[in-house]
Amino acid sequence: MATGRVEQAVRESYGRLVAILSARGRDIEAAEDGLADAIVAALEQWPEQGIPERPEAWLLAVARRRLIDRTRRSATDAALSRSLALLTDLVGEVDLAAPRFPDERLKLLFVCAHPAIDPGIHAPLMLQSVLGLNAARIAAAFVVSPDAMGRRLTRAKVKIRDAGIGFELPETHELPGRLEPVLAAIYATFNSGWDGAHNDLQRHDLAAEALWLGRTLTERMPQEPEAFGLLALMLHLDARKDARRARDGAYVPLSKQDAALWSRTRLAEAETTLARAAAFGQPGRYQFEAAIQSAHVGHRLTGAPDRATIAALYEKLFRSAPRLGVAVSRAAATAEAHGVRAGLALLAEIDAARVETYQPFWAVRADLLSRTDAHGEAIEAYDRAIRLATDPAVRSYLTERRARLLS
Amino acid sequence: MQYALFFYETEMQFTTRDHNAETEAYWGAWKAYVDDISASGIVRGGEGLLGPETATSLRIRDGQNQVQDGPFADAKEQLAGFFVIEVADIDAALAWAAKAPCAPFGGVEIRPTLPQM
Repeated sequence: MATGRVEQAVRESYGRLVAILSARGRDIEAAEDGLADAIVAALEQWPEQGIPERPEAWLLAVARRRLIDRTRRSATDAALSRSLALLTDLVGEVDLAAPRFPDERLKLLFVCAHPAIDPGIHAPLMLQSVLGLNAARIAAAFVVSPDAMGRRLTRAKVKIRDAGIGFELPETHELPGRLEPVLAAIYATFNSGWDGAHNDLQRHDLAAEALWLGRTLTERMPQEPEAFGLLALMLHLDARKDARRARDGAYVPLSKQDAALWSRTRLAEAETTLARAAAFGQPGRYQFEAAIQSAHVGHRLTGAPDRATIAALYEKLFRSAPRLGVAVSRAAATAEAHGVRAGLALLAEIDAARVETYQPFWAVRADLLSRTDAHGEAIEAYDRAIRLATDPAVRSYLTERRARLLS
Repeated sequence: MQYALFFYETEMQFTTRDHNAETEAYWGAWKAYVDDISASGIVRGGEGLLGPETATSLRIRDGQNQVQDGPFADAKEQLAGFFVIEVADIDAALAWAAKAPCAPFGGVEIRPTLPQM
């Protein structure tokens, strides 16, 4: 029982404790080590001595003592004594008797997604330091070896410590540049959970963690329309997750999904959240993407022919964020609204070098060509899309479409 | 924290330093920046540098001095000067870097300095 209680306490407070422990010394790794020691101590002591009244305060106090012990042991030069002084300073700064600690997680989010840190490690860093996931699990989600992920995470933490990245919330005038990487990392976390195989529980968990981070962000920064936009987008995608795969795990495209499997609660929350975002009158990339999802869903649920709206939204999204994925989706949406030729023309505008290994481009091109006379070219495009597909369910869906074209 | 700001300029900025229509604007912008950063009281040191064509590089290999004409890196951007500043964190250092006249053309590298031995 105590083990479960330790887990629960850690789960609820991990990010907050790491944030508090690392705020002054800026050393996330040392904070995590100290917290790990505290968790081991809790597992040893709680079953015998009973669970403390405030487990979080207990963990924080023990972690802090360990942190100081460790620093003292290795305090051989002036630089380390300086951090020791800072740590000693820190003790007592947070009132352990207070019922709640200040929530420092938001600061940690901004530290993890600081522009001085390699963008590719933003999301993994958040998963580890804010949510307490271990490197092996993060590595699996991001398809790299645990060793490589561990090294990259360590390097990023060393940079945070040594480069002096401040544990402060960005000032309002800095926010536009600072918020975007935080949103992008949360969305990357969500997608690495979402694009995974159907029954891979770990990956589904990541989507849940991303939703939690998205919610936290909107609670702490209720003035940021794009934070609501991102949350609305993730809620929309999450609402349909059960309909995205058939019983046998096969991929089901949106237009063929069983709308009865969509979560109405999630959809309702998505719509409310999007409405809150829209009320600011400051559209942005995530709001457009959420609006597109909303239009798709509205189209399916009411049967209203909303294709032109969807195409127009993609056009706006493309203008605010001309990314490759958006360019391809925009072509697909335009094809639905204004005909296959219009869609193919937009695909032809995309730089050929950028799409060589971009699977969605070939899947959309194959689909559009298969609706024209150019069946030979369609087969070629299917072949490339199939070769590039990493998800077995998507691959078999494409193979099936290709076979239908030949019969 | 102490940071070194390394200012990098392209060949175009180096040539603008003398006899050119934009020479006055070039020095005016640097003077304004240097005045500004000095007045803020954060500067611990720094110098401007003559162009990369005046640089000499030395390596010792197999006990032999190897002296070469030119800077180490044959890059598009070359070191043009540096400041050592004392500020709270990297964001403050980045803010000063962003104000440097070379930022829109070359760039600025920000490095924490080693703590005192």
